Amino acid sequence: MNRIAGSTGAILYHDYKRKLVPAVTTILAVLLGLFPVVVTMPLGPDIGFLFLLGWRLLRPEIWPPTAALAFGLFDDLVSGNPIGQSMALWTSIFLALDLIETRVAYRDFWFDWLYAVVAIAFHIAAAWYIAVLMGSPTAFVQLLPQLGITILAYPIVARMIYGLDRWRLA
Amino acid sequence: MAPPRRRRTGQSRRAQYGRFATYVVAVGGVVISLFLLALSVLDPRAFQAVRNLAIDVTAPISRAGSFVVSEVTSFSQSVGDYFEAGRQNGELRDRVRELEGQLTQAQAAQLENDRLRALLQLRDTTADEVAIGRLVNSSWDSARRYAILSAGSEQGVAYNMPVRAPEGLVGRVVTVGNWGARVLMIIDGASTVPVRSARDGTPALAVGTGDSELRVELIEVGTNPFRPGDMIVTSGVGGIYPPDIPVAEIVRIEGDFAIARPLAAPSRVDYAIVQPLYQPAAVPPSEGGSAPAEAPR
Repeated sequence: MNRIAGSTGAILYHDYKRKLVPAVTTILAVLLGLFPVVVTMPLGPDIGFLFLLGWRLLRPEIWPPTAALAFGLFDDLVSGNPIGQSMALWTSIFLALDLIETRVAYRDFWFDWLYAVVAIAFHIAAAWYIAVLMGSPTAFVQLLPQLGITILAYPIVARMIYGLDRWRLA
Repeated sequence: MAPPRRRRTGQSRRAQYGRFATYVVAVGGVVISLFLLALSVLDPRAFQAVRNLAIDVTAPISRAGSFVVSEVTSFSQSVGDYFEAGRQNGELRDRVRELEGQLTQAQAAQLENDRLRALLQLRDTTADEVAIGRLVNSSWDSARRYAILSAGSEQGVAYNMPVRAPEGLVGRVVTVGNWGARVLMIIDGASTVPVRSARDGTPALAVGTGDSELRVELIEVGTNPFRPGDMIVTSGVGGIYPPDIPVAEIVRIEGDFAIARPLAAPSRVDYAIVQPLYQPAAVPPSEGGSAPAEAPR
């Protein structure tokens, strides 16, 4: 493959690909929530959130914390959450990750997964608490399968993001 | 490691201020979204206009894909059926024998019913339907149990209207777009349906548990009259749900409660019927009805 761009068009293409792939894949992942299945138990992982988290942990520099506000608003509108839920949760997770990253110098995949586990647990527990406040007093126990599935889904999503990242920068 | 003492991003003032502003906006954004969230918690119908619009944009996406998924689901269902054919055959034969007996009883009851109706000159008060739509999507990654219906205000759907399938009650409408509506399913924790036992008419409330079941709570204190296998139907109390829509079948008893499984399993319901409010005059205007304001005393 030719790595030297031959024309202005090719430069533009590579530039936009580099800039837009993370945002576009995250938006598509959020839209996966519209996948036409009707289920009786919350089982699927929140793939939009996993993609956002995966990109943020792999490439901390591509998004400022404010990007999470915009993605959160989009997710709230698409998935029918009360407006403000994903906005508040995702942005506070971004801010917390910024705080952690100035303090922890060492970084590898297992650390990323650890941060992801804490973030996923916080996200699911907070969403559950908001649902309780809104008059849906369900038992937290029935969210445990979803919690486990989401934690185990993170490495898979991370793999996909690593692949996308290589393609983006190629 | 302690945070570095100087957290400057570089020598450029512009970069430093830009980064600072980002954090100000992000923290401010969290505060504002918590405020929006508090508004939504206090008034679940807040921001209705924005959310109605979002429904209109997203419902067609789910609708386009729903054909593919239902094909896949029915295929896996038929593979399963093939392997269980022998056992199912025996079960079905027993069931047919049992049902034949019940059919005779039902025919007798129907005859008597017709006679009594004629005697009382009752009109058949089956509520007409507002619209028919497809259930195209449900929230599969959150604790709430919403479904999206492919019919909206263009078809006459309005807030709080009951939604049912031929098998039984599905839920009620909570958000209405022009071409789509969001349905709060009866299994959601925020859903309460006034019901009664089809066998002896014991009034109860069917509250969603968030998984695939309902908790049936007795209104009158006493011994639990429910037995596994009992059917529960809507009672018409409250004015939203019309009476006598089948809701669920009791599967087990837990102390003062009974646990029931909905007859219209949301994962298998294809088409749903939206019905008008049963008694709009009994439902307050804020809930979509037309109840007169309470007279001052």
